[in-house]
Amino acid sequence: MSNLKEKFVKRVDLIFEKTECRDILEKIIDMEPDAICQKVLDSDLKGRGGAGFPTGMKWRFASQEEDTVKYIICNADEGEPGTFKDREILDQVPGKVFCGMAIAAKAVGAKYGYVYLRGEYKFLIPMLNEELVKFHRTMDEFNHNFRIQIRLGSGAYICGEESALFESIEGKRGEPRNKPPYPTTSGLFGKPTVINNVETLVHVVMIMKYGAAHFKELGTKDSRGSKVFSISGDTPKAGIFELELGMSVNEFVEEFGDGDTKAVQVGGASGFCVPRKRFEETIIGFEGVPTGGSMKLFNSTRSMYNVLHNYLDFFTEESCGQCTPCRVGCQQLLKGVEAVKRGDKNSKYLDELVKLAKTMKRASKCGLGQSVGNAFGSIVENFKEEIIY
Amino acid sequence: METIIENEFVKELGNKHGRSRESLIPILQDLVVQNRFLSKQDMVDVARELDISAADVYGTATFYTFLDTEVRGKYIIRICKTISCAMKGKNDILSIIEDILKIKVGETSSDRKFSLLEANCIGWCHKAPAMLINDTPYTELTPEKVTEILRDYIRTK
Repeated sequence: MSNLKEKFVKRVDLIFEKTECRDILEKIIDMEPDAICQKVLDSDLKGRGGAGFPTGMKWRFASQEEDTVKYIICNADEGEPGTFKDREILDQVPGKVFCGMAIAAKAVGAKYGYVYLRGEYKFLIPMLNEELVKFHRTMDEFNHNFRIQIRLGSGAYICGEESALFESIEGKRGEPRNKPPYPTTSGLFGKPTVINNVETLVHVVMIMKYGAAHFKELGTKDSRGSKVFSISGDTPKAGIFELELGMSVNEFVEEFGDGDTKAVQVGGASGFCVPRKRFEETIIGFEGVPTGGSMKLFNSTRSMYNVLHNYLDFFTEESCGQCTPCRVGCQQLLKGVEAVKRGDKNSKYLDELVKLAKTMKRASKCGLGQSVGNAFGSIVENFKEEIIY
Repeated sequence: METIIENEFVKELGNKHGRSRESLIPILQDLVVQNRFLSKQDMVDVARELDISAADVYGTATFYTFLDTEVRGKYIIRICKTISCAMKGKNDILSIIEDILKIKVGETSSDRKFSLLEANCIGWCHKAPAMLINDTPYTELTPEKVTEILRDYIRTK
């Protein structure tokens, strides 16, 4: 048993490892684009922003497009409540992020890249620009025609949604587009675009350095590799930790809990709430509860009504308002739980609200409206008394 | 005939960022850095500079929380209200700020030095409670710490 535990909550140091990117860039310069895509595919790397789309597949789709203009975008619009690891990655190893973008550029044949950084992280810009000058110098040395620009967000959570992010770079309101077409066919300025999370790009660098097999040694069949977690809430060890994927919530809580953990919110406001009775059976990874890294622990002094209310307030403000299910749905869920709490509506009304959240999942245009029901359903189902009384 | 008074700063920003649609947000962001908010006149001038409608400029600006269209102070305080910060005593910090600056959330001090706003998750949950003053993050706030920070702004800035 003790062996098992050691195996599961395993700390890893790949993302923050100081890596000499020159050597990796030199290596990929002579590689065939398809060989790069294949290597990423072989690793089974899935996107680290939360959605978990296979990175290699994304790259291959974009590489197969005929267009002469393609874009690489680093999504640094980290806004999910409880997620703060991308800021740390950009702060500690910015060169590796740019290097990951250069690898993607080589793989798909792109000459331009953007880093879309959330406005809240503007303080990083002077340092990032300095690093970018060095990076461009290295690119020139290797005759690699690829240039990166940094664009700054302005406080809209929704711009982390890929198509809303494109709209924002294009100078418009950050309203998500209909899909399909997907970004690899028609993304930024209507051109084939690869958009990856900050952490995903750094994983690619490490896969190029140590090989796909090395990456696959960590994690499980469905969730390969390690993941950078942002840990906060009722924990004596709040912070940023790179851990092997595939541990159970129980193992996680044993390591990071305060001895009185009653629930863990995995994946932020748009993720799932795991109550104590499910800690043992729930795996943190794509086969269980997926996460972009946000892990919030709540102990028994916390009211889950307050937690839910806080999330609904967040979504009501951050919904872009474009589609009705999300715009009206978020407001009604918020008003609804308030009414139940006040006693204006009886507890059966919660079932109506759960139905509404399910409708939002089906009818909303983008991931925001589609995932409000995750937190709503899992908190209401497991902590019904706390919502009502 | 209507006389158009040239807005030199907007022209300068057009030169710096370009005049295509994708230049709009960087231009608005720089205007906010300069004036802390977007005035109606500035938005009209930007529209003219980029040859798009003023409604488009206004519509885009109002989508983004940080592109304020209301008068704001020289220092905009955004205190995070999302769950981790709420759990770690954000409300206490907020009342101290309100006491010191004599303004409530959403208000700007009469000397236009400070605006006090709440923000959604600003990405410092492990060091909650946290706030931004303009672009600078302040974390692990305590009543003493926030008092000292504000006194410093009042005294020296």
